[in-house]
Amino acid sequence: MYHIISIRDFERSDLDYLLDRAREFDTGEYRPAMLDDKLVALLFFEPSTRTRMSFATAMARLGGRSIGVDSVEASSIVKGETLADTIRVVSGYADAIVLRHPKEGAARLASEFASVPVINAGDGAGQHPSQTLLDLYTIRQSIPIDGTNVGLLGDLRYGRTAHSLALALSLYGVTLHTIAPGGLEMPANIALELRERGMEVVEHANVEEAIRELDVLYVTRIQRERFPDSASYYNVASSYRITPDLLDGVKERLMILHPLPRAGEIDPAVDRTPYARYFEQARNGVPIRMALLHEVMK
Amino acid sequence: MSTKDPSRGLLVSPIRNGTVIDHITAGEALNVLRILGITGSTPECLSIATNVESKRMGKKDIVKIENRELRTEEVDRIALLAPQAKINIIREYKVVEKKGVEIPEVLRGVVRCPNPGCITNTNEPVESTFEVLPKGLHCLYCDWLIKDDIANHII
Ligand SMILES: [Zn+2]
Repeated sequence: MYHIISIRDFERSDLDYLLDRAREFDTGEYRPAMLDDKLVALLFFEPSTRTRMSFATAMARLGGRSIGVDSVEASSIVKGETLADTIRVVSGYADAIVLRHPKEGAARLASEFASVPVINAGDGAGQHPSQTLLDLYTIRQSIPIDGTNVGLLGDLRYGRTAHSLALALSLYGVTLHTIAPGGLEMPANIALELRERGMEVVEHANVEEAIRELDVLYVTRIQRERFPDSASYYNVASSYRITPDLLDGVKERLMILHPLPRAGEIDPAVDRTPYARYFEQARNGVPIRMALLHEVMK
Repeated sequence: MSTKDPSRGLLVSPIRNGTVIDHITAGEALNVLRILGITGSTPECLSIATNVESKRMGKKDIVKIENRELRTEEVDRIALLAPQAKINIIREYKVVEKKGVEIPEVLRGVVRCPNPGCITNTNEPVESTFEVLPKGLHCLYCDWLIKDDIANHII
């Protein structure tokens, strides 16, 4: 039995395998009723409509069914019950469990108590491996990942999606360009880990300095609550806004990604440029989750 | 006076039964006592020597505890603070066992995760679990890295 808990658990060959499978699902090279006798439990202890819907869609497209609870039901159903107990009970109902939970490490714990596979759909500020896989998938749809220049822009201190993507990209010989506002730089121990994995990490003070070198610009939301007041937030946020003007002279194949939702980091006018790929990226959540669900339940 | 420092005689006065923890990293003796649960109000008969000159370490601390032998979990905790410590078990004034400490690859239930959002800091039936890496202790649940001040996180 295998669980999908953290991108750290994957080697490059595992990632490539899952990306290849997702592509087969995406292009229709699959039998639609592959999981027609299977049931997945979607346990969402924290709201995330988009992730929940994309897992439900993926399961339905594989011919299987979903049961589950959303955050409101979850909080009343498990009043006082430990997650460990909930997982043991739900293991008796479903063939796999997709878990979203506010505590970091919750998915690892669930995998220790489950008698069916567990897929992590985000634990606290922790791991969210299906997001990283769909990010990789979106890049690979257009260009080979190997040897590209990828820029990470935004809150790189607390943004765990960025950490997890960076770790995955370190398996592909990517040069990483980090662009973060003062105080939100990537933690030193993560940058060190990336360098130990052989990755070239280049720090930039602003996006203008890096953007012409990039093949991929991955923009993340700068969380307002990280700033002491709204003035300092707007000050920083406006300096990291991607506008059509900024895109003068960039590489023709540049793709701009964002895990969404966005909060003003990307001017809507950028949506009409050929560089905007974030809606495509969101759509790719379905084939990636099909590959994951199929892999753990086949 | 011979080569012996007179104060040294006092420091190493023998005990009949118990444990001598020698070669503790200088300054860590009190932390060693804390993780053994020894305080001023517990009954052990103790001798503590700090900043004793040592050929091998420059300075070291020594702790002697009468009538107590250490459990494995206690030795693991000491290893975190004082990786060079030597543990001598004494019976009838004789050293019957001499062992070094060794930091295990994985520490279970020894260190509390400093991340308040970590699942190990809830009422779940799970022990904190850290892997010991050269750069620090890595929480296997939430990925937190404890780089220094390990003594303050020992349970
Ligand atoms: Zn932790």
